[in-house]
Amino acid sequence: MALAAVPGSVYPQRSADPNGVRLYFSQQPELAAVLDSLQLFDVYTSVWFSAIYILLFVSLVGCVIPRTKVHYNALRAKPVKTPELLTRMPVHQIGSKRVSLEAAREVLKQRGFRVAVQGNSVSAEKGYLKETGNLVFHYSLLAVLIAVGVGGGFSYSGQRVLVEGETFVNNLASYDAFSPGPLFFEEELQPYSLTLNKFNVLYDLQNPANLGQPIDFIAEVTVSTTQETSEGIVRVNHPLPVPGANVYLTGNGFAPVITVRDGEGNVAYTGPVVYLPQDGNMTSIGVIKVPDANPEQIGMISFFYPTVTELESGAYTSIYPDPIDPLLTFNVYTGDLGLDSGIPRNVYALDVSDMELVAGRDAPNPALELRIGESAALPNGLGTVSFDGLLRFASLDVAFNPGGIWVLIFSFIALFAVVISLSVVRRRVWVRIGDERIEYAGLARGDDEQLEQIVTEIKEEIEGRSA
Amino acid sequence: MNIVLNEELSQISLLFVSAAMGFLSVALLLFAFQLAKLKDDPTETRFEKVGFWVLGVATLVLAVGVFLRGIAANRVPWANMYEFAISSALMILTIYLMSLKVKGIGSVATFVTGFTLVTLFAAVSLFYVEVKTIMPALQSYWLVIHVVVAIMAVGFFAIAAGFHIFYLIKDAGWGGVIMSRMPDLKQLERIAYRFNMVGFVSWSFTLIAGAIWAERAWHRYWGWDTKEVWTFIIWVVYAGYLHAMATRGWSGRRAAWLGLIGFGAVIFNFVIVNLFFKGLHVYSGL
Repeated sequence: MALAAVPGSVYPQRSADPNGVRLYFSQQPELAAVLDSLQLFDVYTSVWFSAIYILLFVSLVGCVIPRTKVHYNALRAKPVKTPELLTRMPVHQIGSKRVSLEAAREVLKQRGFRVAVQGNSVSAEKGYLKETGNLVFHYSLLAVLIAVGVGGGFSYSGQRVLVEGETFVNNLASYDAFSPGPLFFEEELQPYSLTLNKFNVLYDLQNPANLGQPIDFIAEVTVSTTQETSEGIVRVNHPLPVPGANVYLTGNGFAPVITVRDGEGNVAYTGPVVYLPQDGNMTSIGVIKVPDANPEQIGMISFFYPTVTELESGAYTSIYPDPIDPLLTFNVYTGDLGLDSGIPRNVYALDVSDMELVAGRDAPNPALELRIGESAALPNGLGTVSFDGLLRFASLDVAFNPGGIWVLIFSFIALFAVVISLSVVRRRVWVRIGDERIEYAGLARGDDEQLEQIVTEIKEEIEGRSA
Repeated sequence: MNIVLNEELSQISLLFVSAAMGFLSVALLLFAFQLAKLKDDPTETRFEKVGFWVLGVATLVLAVGVFLRGIAANRVPWANMYEFAISSALMILTIYLMSLKVKGIGSVATFVTGFTLVTLFAAVSLFYVEVKTIMPALQSYWLVIHVVVAIMAVGFFAIAAGFHIFYLIKDAGWGGVIMSRMPDLKQLERIAYRFNMVGFVSWSFTLIAGAIWAERAWHRYWGWDTKEVWTFIIWVVYAGYLHAMATRGWSGRRAAWLGLIGFGAVIFNFVIVNLFFKGLHVYSGL
């Protein structure tokens, strides 16, 4: 099992690192195809990994159930018959004084042994909790596996990007991406809406070595259910409970407000555009598609620099993640956006195969540059574009997994049980009052360095009581 | 919110860590002398006694270093590889010194001292980074609980690994007179088992605490992140070790090898996974 888990840490996994997998395919397509046929990009959902843990599960059940029967019988049974030859036991001592069976019985009982008087001897056993703990531990592990499976079945997680001021209503259509478990049903989504009022980011401006490191991200939201409306805050590490789920903050970035007027002067596009951050200083890329522009469709690939500076090469870069000196640049394309064919397109990518670059590097016109409040004409009389304002967006994850709490509970039971199982020692002690001599003997399951000492103590105590 | 970082103080902390390395070197020499002495006169323990005093001083000096690093960074001093390494070294030494009453514990003094020395050397020369704030995902009280228990587990596993090594050397019949005057195989195995047992329970706890934290920070309690995978692998290996110890015929050499494989995975998880693998737990700061 441990060995089988290793490849999942070596190769990128689709579940954790989809881009890594894509990169692998583009760099080494042949090797990637071989690896993929062995399911090495989906190790933890692969046939062979599942086979291993199902086998483990079955063998666990097959081992634990018979042991439970044995243990149940042992719990009900009296301590074993005193062996004939106590001298064969790992600890064997001869008493120096006459004692009574009753004294031996009482002392052993007081020490928590289960005791049975058999003729001229007392047989005692202690430490049944060791096996109980052991069994509870294994049952809890089974319960954890079941809780993981069932909980995963009913779970869901959905992602949604919200720009400041936008509202999201909880239904399937509102999510940008949604991954349900196999047993998910739509009624799990309870009615509520969530508005992102404001998104605050705190960066370190104080410590030179640490400049621009994020210190905190705070999303101020309003949650409205059918009954009430309440204000809340979502921060990293501090998810916000909403009806039937938790809302997590997983990403953020800038959403400049942009208006495009076409060549005829009509507003063809207006609103905030989500720009995806590319580096720690929030250099971001956005794509603007204007299918309704006349006479020709317009597409723009735009860069946003919150605090711009010019490199020696003439290219721009951002040197600080907060908008101290923000700049937008646009590469402008005209032609067919490819949106009319009905094929779903990625809103964050521009397919330029049927388009012509009219402004940008290596184009007839230079890239457009805008600061907040500015507006510029597009080349060839295509219209104008203006940078009206700057908002932030937050990526929110809404996640629900009913199994989590049970996994937690059974994990803790397992932990508690394994501590008991590891710390309790199972011991048998016998006292035989023969005609010639009095024998004390001890036996432990497994290694027990204290056995000798414990038998001695018991002997002395019994002798003390009989005196 | 104002967080004041103090790189000068961190440099002073670095001085203390380096001084602790000096004391550790002296202690290592003393323990080595003790081993050599064992050949002629098994009753002579002067070197060992002085060695433990020096080790105590090394631990105190290192504790000051770790503490100052925490002050300099204005947070707990275990948020990147350098800090994790110095905190782990401190934890190993503390656990070891607190276990001095355990009979036979002195036999791994060279290993424990040598191992912490190597750890500190790697930390200072390879992993050192200036003090930085931590990213919001790490700002949580779970950073204290999850990581402290992880460091504790590493401490117990490390000491157990020393006993496994001595067990295997003695079992193979190497080391002549010196090894024959070490505690017997049974005792070496028993002490290793005790330390691994506590280590395993701590490791289980750190696994659970990590899952709780992951649920808070990344909206899922388990996601097969590389660090999660390796934490799980280590857990399975040590569970296998405990099973081996409980199964007749599997204790002894095989169990000792399992224990060492487990500790190898712990080191791998720290060094290789942090530096060369991709994942959410990437906090080496390098």
